[in-house]
Parts: sequence; structure tokens; C-alpha cells
Amino acid sequence: MSTPQPSKTFSTISKEGLWDNNPALVQLLGLCPLLAVTGTVVNALGLALATMIVLVGSNMAVSLVRNFVPDAVRLPAFVMIIASYVTCTELLMQAYTYELYTVLGIFIPLIVTNCVILGRAEAFAAKNPIIPSMVDGLMMSLGFAMVLILLGALREIIGQGTLFADMELLFGEQAVSWQLNLMEDYPNFLFAILPPGAFVGLGLLIAAKNALDQRLKTRKQGPMPEVSGGSKRVRVTGKIS
Amino acid sequence: MKLPNISSPHATRPGNTGTVMLTVLLALVPGIITLSYFFGPGHLIQICLASATAVGCEALILHLRKKPLGFYLKDYSALLTAVLLAISLPPYAPYWVTMVATLFAIIVAKHLYGGLGQNPFNPAMVGFALVLVSFPVEMTTSWSAPSALLENGIGFSQAVTLIFSSRETLDAVTMATPLDLYKHQVAIATAHEIYQDPIFHGPHHEASIALGWQWVNLAFLLGGVFLWWKKIFTWHVPVSLLLALSLLSIFIGWDSDSYVPISLHLFAGATMLGAFFIATDPVTAATTPLGKLIYGAGIGVLIYLIRTWGSYPDAVAFAVLLMNFCAPLIDQYSQPRTYGHQKAVRGLAKKD
Repeated sequence: MSTPQPSKTFSTISKEGLWDNNPALVQLLGLCPLLAVTGTVVNALGLALATMIVLVGSNMAVSLVRNFVPDAVRLPAFVMIIASYVTCTELLMQAYTYELYTVLGIFIPLIVTNCVILGRAEAFAAKNPIIPSMVDGLMMSLGFAMVLILLGALREIIGQGTLFADMELLFGEQAVSWQLNLMEDYPNFLFAILPPGAFVGLGLLIAAKNALDQRLKTRKQGPMPEVSGGSKRVRVTGKIS
Repeated sequence: MKLPNISSPHATRPGNTGTVMLTVLLALVPGIITLSYFFGPGHLIQICLASATAVGCEALILHLRKKPLGFYLKDYSALLTAVLLAISLPPYAPYWVTMVATLFAIIVAKHLYGGLGQNPFNPAMVGFALVLVSFPVEMTTSWSAPSALLENGIGFSQAVTLIFSSRETLDAVTMATPLDLYKHQVAIATAHEIYQDPIFHGPHHEASIALGWQWVNLAFLLGGVFLWWKKIFTWHVPVSLLLALSLLSIFIGWDSDSYVPISLHLFAGATMLGAFFIATDPVTAATTPLGKLIYGAGIGVLIYLIRTWGSYPDAVAFAVLLMNFCAPLIDQYSQPRTYGHQKAVRGLAKKD
């Protein structure tokens, strides 16, 4: 199973997880929780933390057992590991942040089926030693968390006109005063709070990332040569280079 | 002498997008006049507001996309989108509802997909659906009562106040639409009892279908027939739409004590506007003759289903959007037979 290959440096792993191979913006994995619970920053943050615990833990465990699990049964084994971590996380949230646990509801147990986690276990942790695997899990979940929180903030601002509402669910009593009301008498913009708004928001974020990448690339390479006019036939599918 | 070799199709008159859009705008005029006559000046204000927003926004986006401004603004498509949207919105919806709907229609539904001709969904209906989902209160309580039922009618300045600043006098001049009223009353009352409401027959019990709405729908029907006569669209979509809606309301809703009757389905909502001006949008509709029939019938069926068993009072926007989804697939499977071929190629060509 573990084919010996030069393992990536930590900076490459970090760059991949946070930007180049961001689970939410590039791999488009784990969209179900991403779209369902990013109505407010606090929900997004709660889910991001839960995912982070599971992802780092499962990557570590999978990396530890990678040489002992036969190929044929590796997926059930990985899922068992992930499910155990999710159960731990769920119990922890039930104990320490009960209100948030009730708000997030079914989406905590559903982390088991989050493709980011199984995807990283299969694609990275099953082939790499323990420390790089943990770093990969951490960076992937940070990249995921970044998008979750950004989308949560966008939807909260547009949907309810507030920011950091209900943060006491996660940080206790002193967080009650963190709520920012950006506008008085803001009419709730239901579209942003409902899942369709999350799709549009995610689409805009992906577009922004691609535009930024494009701009960085042009700056590095210099401007693209002008495309000549006329009716020359070009390939319209795939990448035109 | 060498004759020029011109292949078909042979255009008989010069035409461009701008002329088509202007013709459609012209055909909307009788409808707009009847709307304003029966329901006060709300729609006129909304049309001005939406048009200004749409044209300004279109110019801004064209500038951002580095497209020639004059060329694209002169196709009047943004203006038509704005006018259709403003007619569909409740006349006394607050100004920000109209502006949000227009901005979303132009920016997201039209330009993010690549501009006119590339949009898979009817922009005006996308804007309408967005605000209907987002602001249910404003969108259901802002329908104007017919002016004939108001003691003093509604003045221009009062309409401006309602839309732009204070909404205190809103309850005095608004009313549920006939479709909405009938749908909710039919559960607890007979048709005869419901028809006692002055919204159907006016203060003096004239013989009519729904006060004001019938004339508005007739005016849109007139405009639609004018467009068909000018060959802006073919008969397929409106006819199959109205036929499907009528058949369903005859066969399912024959009992007017338990379902909304066919007269209200056809003449008391947005049916005629939808059938002739919205479903026939050449960009988002199906294009083959058979495809147009299927597309129109689909919209008719969906309008009936959503109006009867859905929670929204009218359904044209959702029905059109849902069928817009299907239009490309319908086109794939309804290709006509090409001249010289035995059979039409439908669906994906076989690889053999």
C-alpha cells in the first residue's frame, strides 16, 4: 500500500491545503455541510472546528495503520476510524457547547460522510508517514474552515445584517456583546440564509479565487499574447494554452 | 453578368435585436395602460425605477466587461427585462425590493452567464423569484386594490410615498389578489359565497370575472396577438401553454366549489403576460416546433400544479424557470427531420 515516494515538504502541503487544492474551492468536497450550516459565522466556526478535530485525528490514525490494513478492506477500516472520531467530537460538543450542538443538529454526525475526510485519508494519509499526514489534515481543515467562515460571514451580513451574532454559543457569556449590527431595521434577506444563497455565494467565492489566480499568473508571466481575430477554428473544450 | 450567389435563409426586411425588443415593449403598452387605469400609478413608478436601475447597472457591467456601451445598450434588452419585472412585481413593493430584483436579474441572471443570448434563465423571472423567496411579506402584502374599490382612488404622491418612504397607509390601499383570495376561501366557502367579495364584481356587482384583472389580461392578450402577427414569435408556446392550463382546470377543477375555476386561471393572474411575453423569450425557450409545444405545455401544467397545490398565489415565474432548465434537453429530443433524411436525429447521435 505505501509506495515509497519522496514525501512533500511541509510548505507544499500547507500551500496545497490552504489555497492550491483547497477542499471547498478547488476539490469542491464536503459541500453538504458547507452549504447547509454556513448561515452565520458561529455555525460555520463550530462546524469547522468539529471537522478539524476529525480530520487531523483520522489522518493521524489512518497513517498509523496504513501498513497493517489490507487493501481490500481499507475503506471500511477508514470509515470506522472516522466514525469513531466523529462520535468523540459529537460527545464533546454535547458536553461543552450544547446549544451549538442542537443548532448544528444532524450535520455533526454527517461529518462521517464528508468527502474531504475520506478523501484525505485515501489520497494522503494512507501513503504518508504520520507527521506529514497530520499537517495535511490540519492544513486541509484550515482551508475548509477559511471558506466556511468567509461564506458564513457573507451570508450573515447579507441575510440578517449582523456579524458575529450568537457567538456565546461557542465562547460563553462574554461573547454576547460581540454582535455587530451593521444596519438598523435590516429586512431579512431570506435568499442568503436559505441554501440557494449558499450556492450563489460559493460560486462567487470560487470565481474570485480563479480571477485572483489568473491575475497572479499574468503578473508572473506577463500579459497573454493578443488573440487574433477572424474565424480561426479553436478547440473549445479543455484547456486552451 | 455574374449573379450574386446568396444562400438561404432570405431575409425579407432588415431586423435586429433592438427592433424586436422595441416591438415587444410597444406590445406591452396596452397592458401597462390598463394596469395603471385599474390599479393606480404604482406600476408606472416601478417601471421607471426598474428601468433606471437596469440601464445604469447594464452600463456599469458592460464597462467592467470592456464591451462597447452604445452597441449593447441600444438592443434595449435590459430595458425590456426591467419593464417585464416591474409589471410582475406588486405595484406598492418598497423601492429596495424592485432594485434588488433588477440588479440580480441584470448582474447574476444575465451578465454572469455571458450576457444577452447566453442566459439559460429568463432574467426578469430570476429577479422576481429571488425577491419572492427573500421578502415574502413585502411581496404578498403590496398588491394594489382595484381603484374602483377605494373611496378616493390612489394618488401619484401617495404611491410615491408608499414605495419610497412611509408604508403606514399601505393597508388602506392593498388587497389580496383574486387568485390568492379564491384559493384560500375555497377551503371554507362555496363559489357563490366567494363571488360575493367585491374584488370579483366591483362595488355594484357588475358581470365580470375579476375586477380590473380581466381587462389587464385581455390587454396583454391583445399585445401578444400583435407580436404573433409581427412574427416575433410563433404560435406554439402560448397556445400549448394556455391549452394545457385550460385542460387541467377543466378536468381537475371543474367543480368551482373546491377548485379555482378556469375563468380565474386564465384571466385573473399573470397568465396572459406569462404566456405571451415571458414564456416566449427566444433565448430561454425551446427552439424546435415540437420542442416549443412541449415547453409551453410544461409551463401550463406547472402553473396549474403550483397554483393549486403550492403555497404561492401565482406560479408563472417558477413554472417558467423550471421549464427553462428543461429547454436544452427538450431541444435535443425534438429535432425536426432534416430535408433529404429519412428520420430525424434525436438525442445524441449513435456512434457506429
